[in-house]
Formats: sequence, structure tokens, C-alpha cells
Amino acid sequence: MDIDNQRLGRHISQRFNNELEDLRNRVLAMGGLVEQQVADAVVAFASADAALAEQVIVKDMKVNSMEVAIDEECTQVIARRQPTASDLRLIVAVIKTITDLERMGDQAERIARMALHIVDQDRVRRVGHYDEVRTMGNYVTAMVHDTLDAFARLDVEAALKVPRDDLTADRQYDNIMRQQITFIMEDPRSITRSLDVMWAARALERIGDHSRNICEYVIYLVKGKNVRHTSIEEMEQTLLGKR
Amino acid sequence: MIDDTIMDTAPTHAMSRQYFENQNERRKLNIDYEEACIEVKNLRLYYGASDPTLKKVSMKIPARRVTAFIGPSGCGKSTLLRCFNRMNDLVDNVRIEGEVLLDGKNIYDRSVDVAELRRRVGMVFQKPNPFPKTIYENVAYGLRLQGIKDRSTLDNAVEKSLKGAALWDEVKDRLHANAFGLSGGQQQRLVIARAIAIEPEVILLDEPASALDPISTAKIEELIYALKERYTIVIVTHNMQQAARVSDYTAYMYLGELIEFEDTLSLFTNPSQKATEDYITGRYG
Repeated sequence: MDIDNQRLGRHISQRFNNELEDLRNRVLAMGGLVEQQVADAVVAFASADAALAEQVIVKDMKVNSMEVAIDEECTQVIARRQPTASDLRLIVAVIKTITDLERMGDQAERIARMALHIVDQDRVRRVGHYDEVRTMGNYVTAMVHDTLDAFARLDVEAALKVPRDDLTADRQYDNIMRQQITFIMEDPRSITRSLDVMWAARALERIGDHSRNICEYVIYLVKGKNVRHTSIEEMEQTLLGKR
Repeated sequence: MIDDTIMDTAPTHAMSRQYFENQNERRKLNIDYEEACIEVKNLRLYYGASDPTLKKVSMKIPARRVTAFIGPSGCGKSTLLRCFNRMNDLVDNVRIEGEVLLDGKNIYDRSVDVAELRRRVGMVFQKPNPFPKTIYENVAYGLRLQGIKDRSTLDNAVEKSLKGAALWDEVKDRLHANAFGLSGGQQQRLVIARAIAIEPEVILLDEPASALDPISTAKIEELIYALKERYTIVIVTHNMQQAARVSDYTAYMYLGELIEFEDTLSLFTNPSQKATEDYITGRYG
């Protein structure tokens, strides 16, 4: 039985409705913060903005505490309500989603720390050299946005699009790696800079993977089907085929 | 219930999808592969001249499994349960159409001996109903009715049944005390001991734990789990968590119809019918 937003709030117990609604809102709030963190980290890195980087690092603690709080709330709902069917899947999906969100936050913090590193070493004048990270960063930030959108609207179509985007993000990552290796071979003095770019790209690539994971939980939540560890073709097949 | 062999032997590479699917398929119960104990075919039941209480129910109760019936009050789950040992015969103006096959034979056939049928299909009710006799005599009652008089045969059967109902250790020193001296939970297990003393094939349980405290309920549930080794068990319960805990298969009924009948895990994690989803998650339709 598929679930949609309309049916989510139709429990006889109004308090149960409120609890689940609150839970979803908190996940979206946490997701919004993480999306902002990723965007800020990318800007801080690409334009070597130390103040913004510091801010991202501090705010990551907020992401962490949100994860703990939502986790706690999930435990309480399970203890109090013994959720079944789509309600149960919602709780499971939330618990898993916030883990991935928290890790996305960690990756954003990692990028921010790299930005500080650049500033420390006074390599700020070369800011234009970090544009490839900015491009990939914008792409991945949009993926995070689409992921949260799919979660909010319980939209399987949208959730299926993100894994495809993730393939593009992976290709962008490969391209950046190849490009940086070329730079290193041309001029060993660019090694430090290239390593920074590679690490940042790596972090963005991981954020893309986490987005994909969350979309898989959305599909599980809506359709009750587990599509983890499958190719995109298999995913589509599973969703089209019978239960 | 996690299958450890998955952890031990699962290949770690990406080709493992097929492997996981096979494992999941193997672990999953499937009604199609079960041996049928009771088969219900197009069963309609009318109380008087009104609309049918059961509307063309067809299903297969698997042998040596626990099957739970859930649904709101008045949906016909108890009525259906009572059809399995013809308890509805005792109600005036009941008309039944269709068939209930026990081991392939229609129990509504003229040639069926109802007393013999009820020996094969035992029943336990919501309120424990021990006879006003000693614990021992309660359990031996059915055997005495069958004409068994030999003391040691009776002793053995009583001990075996009480052990089977997980009551022996609590009552072995007072077998000849009045059964009304037992607690509600003990009385319910005594009634189950009485039911299994005559070696039935099927045990029908109608809300067996709804009048019991959580500890007694847990004991009854443990007992149900142990009993399914040998008996086919059908349980009606209003407690959905109980159905989820004890049963292998769950049937959801609504307004006299069988809406969904599936393995319990599927039904409670991903029901296929909207009506089932609404009921088990506590939504209005």
C-alpha cells in the first residue's frame, strides 16, 4: 500500500498525527540546515572565506544535536505507539535519513576546514583556481535540495531522479581527479593546491552518495520496497513490477 | 530472527543482489506453499433473514501454523472461527452456505459426527471456563468421556497435557484442588490443557488473552508458539500487537469479508490493501 502526504495525517489519534508531523518537520529542518551547510562550505572553499568557513564548522554541532534529538523522538514514538505499516516505515526511514544527513554535515565541515587551511597558507590569491569545486558543489547542493523535496512530498519519481544525478556527480568527481593529476604532472608545485581540490571533490562526491541513500529510504517509505544496493535499472524494474 | 547464514556467507561484491533476493524469498512464508489444514470455500453465513454476516469467504488455513484473524468488532472474525467446529449450529436461525473442508472433508456434510469434529477442533474462549471440579478432573474430563478409565493412562495424559500447556510446575502439588482456585491466567492455560488432552488437530482461540494481565498474556503467547509444532492454531484477537507477535499469517476482515490474508510480517510492514493499512495504523478510512 503506497502512502502519500494526504493519508499521513489521518490517524484517529490526533496526538499521533502531531507526533509524526512534528518528526517530519524536524527532519526537513535538519535537512534544510545541512543543505545550507553544504552550500556555505562550497562558497567558503571556492572564495577562501575564513569567516564563513568558521561559521560552517560551528553550525555542524547544531546538525549533530538535531540528529540526537530526532533519534530520541523516534524511540519515544516506537515505545508509545508501536507503529505499523507505513507509520513503521516512516520511523525507520527517518532514523536512517538523519544518519545520512549528519554525515553530509560532517563532509560539509570537512570542506570548511579545508577552506581555513587554504587561508592559513595564504594561497588566497589563487581563488579562481577552485572553480571546478564550485561547479560540482552547486550541482551536489541541488541534489541535496531535490532529495529533501522528494522526502517532503513523498515523491518516488523525484527520488528516482537523484540516483541518476549521482552518476553525473561521480563523473564530475572523476573528471576533477583526472584534471588535478594532469596539473600535478605538469608542475609539482601545484600538488598542495590539487590535493585540496581533490579532497573537497571527494567530500562532495560522498554527499551525493548520501543523497542517493536518502532517496532509497523515501522509496522504501512510500512503496515498502527495499531498493538499496541495486542499479538504477533494477530499481525501476522493482518499482514497476509486482510487490 | 535474522538469518545468520546471510552474514556468514554473503558475497561482498555487487553481484550479491540475486543472492539476497533468494535468501529473502526462502525466509519468507508463503501461503501458496503451505499444506492446508482447513479450507474455506465460498462460505456465507446468515443470522436469520438479514444480510449475510459472512459474505463468500474463501481461504486456506495452513497446517501447524498460527493464523490470526483481526478486524473491527462485528466484522465476522469470531463467527468465522466458530464455523470451524460448528459452534454456530448452537445459534437459532443460522443458515450456512458453502464448504469448510477439514483435511479435505466438508465438516458440514450430513455424515459428520459433530462431537467427533469438536474433539478434532478444540476451542478456547475469552473468559476461562474451567469446570467446577479439581484441576486433575478438568484435564481428564474429555478422556473420561471417551471411556478411558485406566488410572495410569489418565495420570500420564494429565501430566503431559499440563506440561504441554506450561502449567505443570505451578500445579503439580495441588492437582486435586478446585480449579477455581487458580488465577485467571492459570485457568486459561488449564482450559488449553483440557483442549490438548484429547489430542485435537486444530485449536481455535477466541480472544484468549484479552482478560489477562501482561505476564499471563506473555505465557499464553509462549504457549501458542510452542503448540504450533503439533497443532494448527487459529486465533481471533483485538490486540494487533499480539497478532503480530504470535502469528505466522494474518487475515484482516471487515464487514463480513476477508479483505487481506498474508504472511504476518508483510501485512504489518506493507499491507497491500488500503483498508488494512487504515485499520492497523489506526486511521479512519
